[in-house]
Amino acid sequence: MSDRSSNMTANEVLARADQLQRGLGEQFHDRLVESLYLEAQRVAARAVRTVAGRRSTLDSRIDRLVTSRVFGLPIMLLMLAVVFWITVSGANVPSAFIAGVLIEQGGLGGWLEKYLGITAPPALLCTSVYDLLHYGFAAAHAPWWLSGFIVDGVYLALAWVISVMLPPMAIFFPLWTILEDLGYLPRVAFNLDWLFKKAGAHGKQSLTMAMGFGCNAAGVIACRIIDSPRERLIAIITNNFMICNGRFPTMIMLASVFVAAAFPPYMISLIAAGAVVGIVLLGIVFTLAVSWGLSHTVLKGEPSAFTLELPPYRRPSILRILRTSLIDRTLFVLRRAIVIAAPAGAVIWLIGNVHIGGASVAHHVATFLNPLGHLMGLDGIILLAYVVAIPANEIVVPTMLMLYLSRGMMTEDILETPTVLRDLLFGQHGWSLLTAVNLMLFSLLHNPCGTTILTIWKETRSRKWMLLATLLPVALGVLVTTAVAAVVRALW
Amino acid sequence: MTAHQQHPTPPTESVAGLGISLTGHDKVVALAGNPNTGKSTVFNRLTGLRQHTGNWPGKTVARAEGSFAHRGLRYKLVDLPGTYSLLSASIDEEIARDFILFGRPNCVLVLTDATALERNLNLVFQVLEITDRVVVCVNLMDEAARKGLTVNAEQLSADLGVPAVCTTARTGAGFDDLLDAIDGVVTGRIETSPHCPPPPPELRQAVEQLTPLIEQVAPGVPNGRWIAYRLLEGDHRVRQALLACEFGQVVAQQAAPPSPDPTPI
Repeated sequence: MSDRSSNMTANEVLARADQLQRGLGEQFHDRLVESLYLEAQRVAARAVRTVAGRRSTLDSRIDRLVTSRVFGLPIMLLMLAVVFWITVSGANVPSAFIAGVLIEQGGLGGWLEKYLGITAPPALLCTSVYDLLHYGFAAAHAPWWLSGFIVDGVYLALAWVISVMLPPMAIFFPLWTILEDLGYLPRVAFNLDWLFKKAGAHGKQSLTMAMGFGCNAAGVIACRIIDSPRERLIAIITNNFMICNGRFPTMIMLASVFVAAAFPPYMISLIAAGAVVGIVLLGIVFTLAVSWGLSHTVLKGEPSAFTLELPPYRRPSILRILRTSLIDRTLFVLRRAIVIAAPAGAVIWLIGNVHIGGASVAHHVATFLNPLGHLMGLDGIILLAYVVAIPANEIVVPTMLMLYLSRGMMTEDILETPTVLRDLLFGQHGWSLLTAVNLMLFSLLHNPCGTTILTIWKETRSRKWMLLATLLPVALGVLVTTAVAAVVRALW
Repeated sequence: MTAHQQHPTPPTESVAGLGISLTGHDKVVALAGNPNTGKSTVFNRLTGLRQHTGNWPGKTVARAEGSFAHRGLRYKLVDLPGTYSLLSASIDEEIARDFILFGRPNCVLVLTDATALERNLNLVFQVLEITDRVVVCVNLMDEAARKGLTVNAEQLSADLGVPAVCTTARTGAGFDDLLDAIDGVVTGRIETSPHCPPPPPELRQAVEQLTPLIEQVAPGVPNGRWIAYRLLEGDHRVRQALLACEFGQVVAQQAAPPSPDPTPI
């Protein structure tokens, strides 16, 4: 065999194939697929007869509406807005309840008065677990650093994460699972396919993005559904532009406290939901732009064709939805957050309380980061919070607040009285609307959390792609916030 | 795309390289089809309890094999992974494609969903590009009837150039005809002339230039024309396979004992 292949090598054959392919032009693949589909249509039309007349089922009528060129995308955005609105407006009351039980001074007293009008509740309800722990440590004559480390560090971080994350997740995940169970998500992929194709990416990327809403690590794993390695890498690298559940409460807080607070109370949740939808859309824009950039530089190639089956709509099963959304998702994400929040809480307490040369470690690092922070329209403390929060995005805001208040612990008052926080940050710490907007932008555009970075490495088995997926969003975040800050400062 | 090669030899060696033993069997039939077309029901209906499961060699994808007999011939039925196409590079599609291309089964039974025939034909065309020994099985006729659809099998056979049979695997309706069609294809009693959508002329020219070069680099390759198509469409797996001489290796495995002069295709 060897003597016969002597006059041409495989490489030369491939080079010849490339040359011939270029001669065929760019549209040739599309034309080939089109001719295949046309033929399939023709053959099927000749073989298949409809005997019962034209029976348009409810399924196909709904499909025509939700996948139509005109209404498809608006319907999708509307559904997204409704889901966020229900989550935002529904999460406040239970969040405040949990905060009352776990953290707040005076326990549930404030919550009972605000939501139920009960002014003199039993004394037992007016003590939070946080208060009880402090009483306990005081009664046991524990040293200040022990109670500080355990109660104000570890416990408070845990309690904060639970009260802020559990209610939105417990509302958001069931709603999302209903959409999934109905069979709506494949229609979303169908609607967005042309956008991804334009970006040189795979249409199924919208499905992995949908998973990224819940958790970027889960979204990265979901990228396995994309067969082509090139397009899977694009989907993995850009998954971080979907706001995961860890960043979701942060966005909601920023949106309702700093963007919507200026509006009348009855509009707050509507405006906040709108702002969150806006940042989600921005995430999609970045996903598409970065996908386009990657597929025209380091990950060149043609988008591959795929068959997307639009399954029949099904009646969602309540039990299955509750099991999937509450146990498989809510508890899973919460457990992970707790596992990371506990040591992070300890670190936060330590850097806030260990003093070197008259100032805390946190102060030193924040001072060092300040120039960069200022350039980005933020400040050193916010950047430090992002560094501490690399293991989990959930704890960015508590870390930041703790560092600001320099009390060596976090505060939970913000859910009750957003204006207090607003006044504090704007009045005492030099915040402006620019800070708030850039903080939202930087929450969208920064490195993935530790778990996601690890997952990316596991899925790609490549340090190069892991580093790119980690550093690219940070670089974008620095660039975008710096640009916004520069423009705003130039104009005002 | 009608230049198809006949391989009159039984595929004993070719499937042995893919981990299939033919002992006690005369013919090999591969079962291909889209997901959700009732593939396992058809498989069970044909083989009954004479089946066993395992994995594809070196892969984590499950494989089922079974046996059946018809008109004095003993068949081995190999269940391929359910796929929508043989084009892109998922492991499932690669396995199905490799088996059809290198395993050279005596017949490929392509299962289709009668309620979504148009979509399913995509895979049928792709199989027809590789081999002409194909029987198309239009399954789920009961569901089609419920939706008020009928399928004209004769028309479909005429349009595709290979036998097409309507079945309902749940009840077994149409299976006598299906077995007869398989028998007709493997014995050569039924002459097939697959009809695929004609390629654009410029593509045909490019393929004609490329095919001899491929056959030169990978002598004895099962279907040089098909590989030329795939290269022109930028199929990375096929590129890699050609660079790594995988085609040659499979051919070498199959050509035991090595013949001094490989039969030109």
